Amino acid sequence: MKFLPLLWSGLWRKRARTIFTLLSIVTAFLLFGMLQGVLAAFDKNLEAAAVDRLTVVSKVSFTEPLPYSYLSQIQTVPGVAGVTWESWFGTYYQEPKNQVFSFPIDPASYFAIVPEMNVPQSMQQAMMRTRNGALIGSELARKYGWKVGDRVPLHSVIWTKTDGNSDWQFDIVGIYTSEHSQYNQSFFLNHTYFDEFRSFGKGTVGWYVVKLKDPNAAGQVSQAIDALFANSPDETQSAPEKEFQQSFIKQQFDIVLIVRLILLAVFFTLLILTGNTMMQSVRERVPELAVLKTLGFTDTGVQLLVFGETLLLCLFAAALGLAAAAFTFPIFKDILATATLPGKVLVIGAVIATLLAFVTGFLPALRARRLNIIDALAGR
Amino acid sequence: MSSIVSLKNVVKKYTRGKQAVEVLHNLNLEVPEGDFVALMGPSGSGKTTLLNLIGGLDQPTAGEVTVAGERIDKLSGSALAKWRARHVGFVFQFYNLMPMLTAERNVELPLLLTSLSSSKRKQNVAAALQIVGLGDRVKHKPSELSGGQQQRVAIARALVSDPTLLVCDEPTGDLDRQTADEIMELLRTLNRDHKKTIIMVTHDQKAADYAARELFMDKGTLVGSDSRSAA
Repeated sequence: MKFLPLLWSGLWRKRARTIFTLLSIVTAFLLFGMLQGVLAAFDKNLEAAAVDRLTVVSKVSFTEPLPYSYLSQIQTVPGVAGVTWESWFGTYYQEPKNQVFSFPIDPASYFAIVPEMNVPQSMQQAMMRTRNGALIGSELARKYGWKVGDRVPLHSVIWTKTDGNSDWQFDIVGIYTSEHSQYNQSFFLNHTYFDEFRSFGKGTVGWYVVKLKDPNAAGQVSQAIDALFANSPDETQSAPEKEFQQSFIKQQFDIVLIVRLILLAVFFTLLILTGNTMMQSVRERVPELAVLKTLGFTDTGVQLLVFGETLLLCLFAAALGLAAAAFTFPIFKDILATATLPGKVLVIGAVIATLLAFVTGFLPALRARRLNIIDALAGR
Repeated sequence: MSSIVSLKNVVKKYTRGKQAVEVLHNLNLEVPEGDFVALMGPSGSGKTTLLNLIGGLDQPTAGEVTVAGERIDKLSGSALAKWRARHVGFVFQFYNLMPMLTAERNVELPLLLTSLSSSKRKQNVAAALQIVGLGDRVKHKPSELSGGQQQRVAIARALVSDPTLLVCDEPTGDLDRQTADEIMELLRTLNRDHKKTIIMVTHDQKAADYAARELFMDKGTLVGSDSRSAA
């Protein structure tokens, strides 16, 4: 700590240059925090995917529905402990920007197969009793100020009703809170109500969710299910739930690849920029570093001072950038179902900042170490 | 009085390009504790090289250099650095202060290498700045001080760790006559009242007149001396 004023003053020797370098690093880490935060949030959501569940979708595309009649056949496959289903309802509330993640389900089987949602029995019963009843996550309720007993209109961009209208009315019968935050943005409605009133696609479901007796048998059960419907008009593709969710994200956009390429470009630029700044800084301070050696600072000591300066710059700027990212991260709340920048992003950020300091500070610190006092003081 | 500096048959050669140049030839020197020596001589006579050897900034090609009872010609780079921190205070012609640090932070630098507490360091820094007459300039940066004041800060920095020896390379070379006299008066006070051994390289006869002893160098050897009362 006693060297901190010396390190700090060294950084600010050329104020304008340090500010610009600092801003570059802050911006890079802000970008990193936001993008890596999005990835981490996706990962976190994927962690909620159970290992003992399969998702069965149409082989053509996951947007193609599957016949309801498949249910009883899947239930007979050895290794299957239970089956339920979901569909994509595709709705918004009042305005298209207010997207609501809504799913017609069969409450009797769904909550048994997805127990991590922690929906109390009383709410499940209420939903089963109310044809147009809806169970909603607490975050969604908070967002629109909905409460139990409210009648909520949702506009579906896919499903028209038999009367030609796309506006559906639901009575909220329960608001649950799951420890898996992505569920807390969801809106669940009765499949029977949905199926009765939709104008097309009756007798179909979006996809099946299959509970396995043994998670290790996922491969065999998937094959057995797909074999059942091979060469039929609606062939299936079964995969563990996590795999399905990953492929779902990937089909939307290969966000992981995009994010990594952006970050690679950003940090490569930063490497050159910060390295150049530190090299210039050492070049300008050759006599000062020589004086430190004269006063008794060892070669290693001076090397560590220069490295410490780089580390201080990188960590300070990274802290500012990540703090800014944490502050702005809630703008992704509706998409990612979380408003908090995952802690692991901060840890990864700190590690990257340290590595950045090490790589950019290596040559300048080495130069400072090798400085010959006599030559440096003589201006050679 | 015992010798604080002892050089025996010291040779120093430099290699410039393909040519080896012998700068000091079999030089012998004894400096007693508490002495104030002015090293004089023409440019290229080897004064600064000799000063660098005594201050542990450089090592001889041959011969023995013993300072403060320690053979420093055999020390490794890091051992020599630690030895310098304990035994030598340096004063340069161009002050060589850290431009971004205040006077007190500049003076504190040698103490960062000690295990002194922050409060003890502050106390020593204040005392050193008081000795050089800059007790009221502690928060000023070098750019806010005159040349004479900067040199006083440099002297305070050299003094603060209470070194065995003060090594000064043209300490008045960048100062006007009046300021140079003030600095030399300060050095003489340090020698007389604080019993500091001082070895100073100078071209300035008036500055050398403040020393207790003048040594003359030419072509890498000591060619004469002149002693007087330092009072």
